[in-house]
Amino acid sequence: MSTTHCPYCALQCAMHLEPGPDGNLRARPAPFPTNRGGLCRKGWTAPDLLTHPDRLTTPLIRHNGHLEPATWEQALDTAAHHLDHLRRTHGPDANAVYGSGSLTNEKAYLLGKFARLALGTSQIDYNGRFCMSSAAAATNHAFGLDRGLPFPLTDIATAQVVLLAGANPAETMPPMMGHLAAPTLIVIDPRRTPTAQQALDHGGLHLAPRPGTDLPLALGLLHAARTAGHLDHTYIEQRTTGFRTTWAQAAAHWPERTEEITGVPAHHIRAAADLLGHAARNRSAYILTGRGSEQHATGTATAGAWIDLALALGLPGRTGSGYGCITGQGNGQGGREHGQKADQLPGYRHITDPDARTHIAHLWNTTPHDLPGPGRSATELLAALGTPHGPRSLFVMGSNPAVSAPDTTLIKKRLAALDHLIVCDFVLSETAQQAHVVLPTAQWAEEEGTMTNLEGRLLRRTRAQNPPPGVRTDLQVLSDLAPRLGADPHHFPHDADTVLAELARASAGGRADYSGIDPHHLTAGHPQYWPAPRPTTTEPDPDRVPSTPRMFLDTFAHPDGRARFSTPTHHGPAETTDTHYPLWATTGRLLGHYQSGAQTRRIRELATTDPEATVQIHPDTAAHHGLTHGARAHLTSRRGTMTARVHTTPTARHDTVFVPFHYAHDQAANTLTQHALDPTSRMPEFKVSAVRITPAPDPATEGRP
Amino acid sequence: MTSRPRHIALVGHGMVGSRFTEEITRLDPDGTRVHLTAVGTEPGPAYNRILLPHVLAGHHTDHTIALPHTPADHVHIRTDTTATHLDPLARTLTLDEGTHLHYDELVLATGAHAHLPPVPGLRESDGTPGPGVSALRQAADCHRITSLLEPGAPAVVLGGGVLGLETARGLAQAGIRVHLVESSPWIMRRQIDRGAARILTRLYTDLGVQVHTWRVAARWIPGTGLELDDGHVLAADACIVTAGVAPTTDLAQQAGLATDHGIVVDDHLATSHPRVHAIGDCARHPGAPAGLVAPGWEQAAVLARRLTGTDPGATYTGTRPVTRLKATGIDLTAFGQVDTDPDHPDPDAGDTVTVTDPRTGRYGALTVTGDRIRGAVLLGFPEAAATLAQMYETGAPPPQDLLALLQGLPSALGHSQEEPEQDPLVCRCNAVHRSTIEDALDQGATDRDAVAARTRATTGCGGCTRQVQDLIDARPAPAAR
Repeated sequence: MSTTHCPYCALQCAMHLEPGPDGNLRARPAPFPTNRGGLCRKGWTAPDLLTHPDRLTTPLIRHNGHLEPATWEQALDTAAHHLDHLRRTHGPDANAVYGSGSLTNEKAYLLGKFARLALGTSQIDYNGRFCMSSAAAATNHAFGLDRGLPFPLTDIATAQVVLLAGANPAETMPPMMGHLAAPTLIVIDPRRTPTAQQALDHGGLHLAPRPGTDLPLALGLLHAARTAGHLDHTYIEQRTTGFRTTWAQAAAHWPERTEEITGVPAHHIRAAADLLGHAARNRSAYILTGRGSEQHATGTATAGAWIDLALALGLPGRTGSGYGCITGQGNGQGGREHGQKADQLPGYRHITDPDARTHIAHLWNTTPHDLPGPGRSATELLAALGTPHGPRSLFVMGSNPAVSAPDTTLIKKRLAALDHLIVCDFVLSETAQQAHVVLPTAQWAEEEGTMTNLEGRLLRRTRAQNPPPGVRTDLQVLSDLAPRLGADPHHFPHDADTVLAELARASAGGRADYSGIDPHHLTAGHPQYWPAPRPTTTEPDPDRVPSTPRMFLDTFAHPDGRARFSTPTHHGPAETTDTHYPLWATTGRLLGHYQSGAQTRRIRELATTDPEATVQIHPDTAAHHGLTHGARAHLTSRRGTMTARVHTTPTARHDTVFVPFHYAHDQAANTLTQHALDPTSRMPEFKVSAVRITPAPDPATEGRP
Repeated sequence: MTSRPRHIALVGHGMVGSRFTEEITRLDPDGTRVHLTAVGTEPGPAYNRILLPHVLAGHHTDHTIALPHTPADHVHIRTDTTATHLDPLARTLTLDEGTHLHYDELVLATGAHAHLPPVPGLRESDGTPGPGVSALRQAADCHRITSLLEPGAPAVVLGGGVLGLETARGLAQAGIRVHLVESSPWIMRRQIDRGAARILTRLYTDLGVQVHTWRVAARWIPGTGLELDDGHVLAADACIVTAGVAPTTDLAQQAGLATDHGIVVDDHLATSHPRVHAIGDCARHPGAPAGLVAPGWEQAAVLARRLTGTDPGATYTGTRPVTRLKATGIDLTAFGQVDTDPDHPDPDAGDTVTVTDPRTGRYGALTVTGDRIRGAVLLGFPEAAATLAQMYETGAPPPQDLLALLQGLPSALGHSQEEPEQDPLVCRCNAVHRSTIEDALDQGATDRDAVAARTRATTGCGGCTRQVQDLIDARPAPAAR
């Protein structure tokens, strides 16, 4: 039996893996503080994919339009040949790299190094841009440093009140709900999600704003909290700057005005402000945000508005209260710290910072001058592929942008316009189907490495079995490919611990300092939360395990030690409804599927429960558009059309429909979404699209009398 | 395109003027398109006039009602300055300090001023309020009122519209004994029907405000109180006049611009002189309701897009007004027209639903024509009000089961979407139905761990733990089997 963590979300539930009667690995929950011995059905069924018939076990190369089996030598040589040719002909930025928040820290680090050192390209970004970027930008602004939860998850279990903005952990990370059983919940979500229902069932509140109006709602709550006398003026005075400009925005959002904009009754705004405010006075309140608030073209400002509310109530940087962002992807946290983001170098360093460039260049045995500068953000990178000034090749690891990126119709065209597309994956994802070279890679239970969970805690991923013959780990792929591009093989080791040791040195002194992270500590079960600087030899206790479970208790990470308020202004979503597109569509996750569904749609138990895309819609709205429960419908935005089965939901807002984004082809929700980007984080507007809904022919019933 | 940014002059820096200024700074942050000079008569920075009743109540201060201001080099704000003369042909504005301001485009946002009725004692010969009298339009009025009233003192609010009711509530919260006098048959006559007003009056009475409707003020006697037309005298240390406002159009009229209860503007927000624009309470647009801030803010945004050239085709076509009473403890929303007069039913109005519950202080009236909401008055239905107001504003079709909506219940009509579940889901996280758990119990599982090991139930969010335990407890103890 081996013990590791789940391959999916950022809760990273601990699990035991051991062979079942048929010899295949089975998973069962393991005790751990975050999952408290729980697993959701995604975790239970995760091993099914290890032996799935769709599993890729041989590289593929496209010949005459078809992907055909090839040897590793052939596939790596072909990939390297094209990358090298494009580099020589069009310059290093002709090659682009696209990473993932699902990659281990070691892979994320080595992928960034591969892009900047082996390919010499500035064109690298990753799907975490669609995940954490808005909250990260807002948190960096506010606190000077970004760690999803700057406190252990277990801290929230004893809080009096937890406000969840745009987060639905009851479906997206069910075992987290164990920590939310005691606190009274205030849930902000356009939908009556199971999380919202839990709030109502236990004396809490559900506020259901019109999609795209979380920011004014946060300002309205701040207004109501101040009017009721809940603000902590001593804290504001001593630990923050900039309250006045934030307040001026909130002053224009009195509860009735906020009601007009959001549709949330003023009455509920006051009630929520009181509930939260009283708990804040007892220093026993948390504000947590999720993608619902963040995946907007105004995502940074919206996350900023929630942080402002937390600061005004005196929550952050104190034991027992705080603000946190609930990370989504398995390694969304570590993935954004170690250099696969267009503007960053390892250790959460800015790529434009001369000191950071010198530090990394020295470690990589190159010069700061030869390190590329910042590149395009994910959406901009994907939209530029195959255009006259854009990259002509793309190397994809751990992601499926053909389903997960906004406006997939456009993205698929751009992927098709590439000279060369290389995809590393363990199944033939929708993106891999368009590739020129597909490299079959190992899964989580077949490799070693570390993940950083939603709390900023380092976790050890352990190998339960070897990859099947013909399959290589992602690290091995980078290690094999880099020398073919002229890089020094010693710079690209394939052993996870060797990479971790290098990562630790690279991050030393950076904002996300991993220099004291030690695989032995992790294996021994010693908690290590970053920042974890290596103890100096002059310290009284050099054997101390470096770890920072709670951040900002003494000071925030800005030079003056103070947290900064933001200036959240509301200008509404990037597009508006009209008579042709009268409804708001918002997107999100189901309990039974994960991200683009490339993995979970292949697992029979999960696919049986949620076999196809559904659209949640109020029964009146459905009836108005000629639809009933169970019918098939077309949803059409200004970008494209998707098909889904109607699921009438009496608790839905009349003006809003919900579609999950786990499905592909004509059921892909991202055919509806658009490329409107947040000016700071470059997060696209996933959560608000103007759509219409119309009846669609139903293949299940067509042809019957 | 142009080498020189154009110069916009703005007259009036209240709620709408300051919003226009903020929009200019946002749309043209570096001043490459326009420069702006704003003049405002009031001494301090712009503030939120709507919250003045809450300043009286003690919930806000001058400081906390300040509106956003983004400093910028190309935006100059001159407070305590009044424009005294406008020459639209010369494109020149004369200021009270004697200087002149030349402009390329002029924006009038002069707002409105309180109307003081011609009642003896209310105003001095120069039109200013008499002793013990104040309007409630400016921050200075708040200071005046506060200086006139000590906690426990009596006061009269003259005018039972939205502002009058909000003022009365604010004063009552500050410990003032309040009389509210309204000359119409019922309060909020312009927005709500008689049935709603009856219940609203009762709520106000319970909150310590005495409401006198269909009574006209005859005389204000400083030091004594307000004498009504029936001879009654209401004791009062102060009289706060909330009897309506009039658009401030002096400058426009002097310049010969067309006015008609406001400066007449078109969908481009242009006045009869094409380089002069007007927004907010001073403007009269056929689709804009008076006395609300939302239309003014919308106009400010549209005009800023036009004048900066960021969207030269932007138009303002009107706002569907929603009235929301901002009085602590009372949830009242009204919009459109309701048809609730039993003596004079409107044959074209459509269908009206009414609900009255005087004991709990709730009243709802909703008129629906075809698939449009025509109007509603909702007292004590905060959730339904928020939903219906947004439907009305966007022209969305009304819900089918209006009664259910009022009560916050799911629709009871025609949506029998699923059969009652024969085999309900117990553990959502792992999609475990009751029959599966029963099977596990049949096969010998006797506790939660055993059930979890066989079915995975309870291992997700843990929300079904009690339900699973109940199924276990429902079985006979092992010894009895």
